[in-house]
Amino acid sequence: MNKGCGSGSDSCLSSMEEELHVLAVDDNLIDRKLVERILKISSCKVTTAENGLRALEYLGLGDPQQTDSLTNVMKVNLIITDYCMPGMTGFELLKKVKESSNLKEVPVVILSSENIPTRINKCLASGAQMFMQKPLKLSDVEKLKCHLLNCRS
Amino acid sequence: MDLVQKQKSLQDYTKSLFLEGILDSQFLQLQQLQDESNPDFVSQVVTLFFQDSDRILNDLSLSLDQQVVDFKKVDPHVHQLKGSSSSIGAQRVKNACVVFRSFCEQQNVEACHRCLQQVKQEYYLVKNRLETLFKLEQQIVASGGMIPAVELGF
Repeated sequence: MNKGCGSGSDSCLSSMEEELHVLAVDDNLIDRKLVERILKISSCKVTTAENGLRALEYLGLGDPQQTDSLTNVMKVNLIITDYCMPGMTGFELLKKVKESSNLKEVPVVILSSENIPTRINKCLASGAQMFMQKPLKLSDVEKLKCHLLNCRS
Repeated sequence: MDLVQKQKSLQDYTKSLFLEGILDSQFLQLQQLQDESNPDFVSQVVTLFFQDSDRILNDLSLSLDQQVVDFKKVDPHVHQLKGSSSSIGAQRVKNACVVFRSFCEQQNVEACHRCLQQVKQEYYLVKNRLETLFKLEQQIVASGGMIPAVELGF
C-alpha cells in the first residue's frame, strides 16, 4: 500500500471535490477489463474505449458529422492508452489530444509491453505524462494518482 | 476430505503452478483485484482469456495453413495472445509467444508452425491447470469455506 497517499476514504482525494474520471483505451479486451478494475478499486470513474477512434469520439474530437455535439459533459481527467493498437496507435491518439485546444491539458499516460527507449522518448517528447509498462499493477495506479494530484496542486 | 485439507490442497496446488513457471506474479495481481464486491473477478477474466485465446489459436492455424502465409495477419494475433497471456500471468504461454514473434519477423513459416504447436501446448497446459484450480476453489466455497490467500514469499 502506498502510505503517502493514505488509504481508503482518507486519501488525497479528500482534497478534491470529485473523483478522477479516466478514459482507458486498449484494443485488448482482457487488458481493458484489468485496467478498468484497477482504476475502480483506486476510486476512479472509468470509461473504456476499444480503439483510438472511439476514444476521440468520446472526447468530442471525432468526425463532426457523426458526433453528437452534446457529447461528453463528463470531463475526462486522465487518458490511459495502450501504445500498440491497430488503426490509430496510442502515440497518434496522444498527438491528437495534445493538438486539441480543449483537451491538451488532459494528461495522457501511455502503456506498453515493450520498453523501447526511442518509443518512450517520442511519447514523452510529444507530451505524454508518463510511459508505463504493461501489465498494469494496482501499485502503478496509486503512484500515478499521487503524481497527478501533486502536479495539480 | 475436510475443509482444512481442501484449503491446504488448493494452496499447494497454486504454489506448484508458480514453481513450475506456469503462472507468474501477475496472477497474484489478479487475485488482489478480487474481493467481496467482485468475488469472481479472476475466473471472469481468465474465462475471457480462454475464449479470446481459443479464437486466436484457431485464426493462427488457418493463417499458417494458407499457401502463402500473410505474416501481416499472423503477427498481430501472436502479439495479442502475448499481451493477454502476460496480463493474466500465463508466463509460459507469453514466453512461447515471444519466440513465435521473432520467427514471424524472420518470416520463417516452418519455425512458425513449430511455435504454434508450442504455444498451443503451453496454452492447453495452463488452461487445464487453471480449470482445476477453479474447481478446487468452488469445492471449498460450496463447503462454506474461504479461499486461503497464497503466501509465496515473492
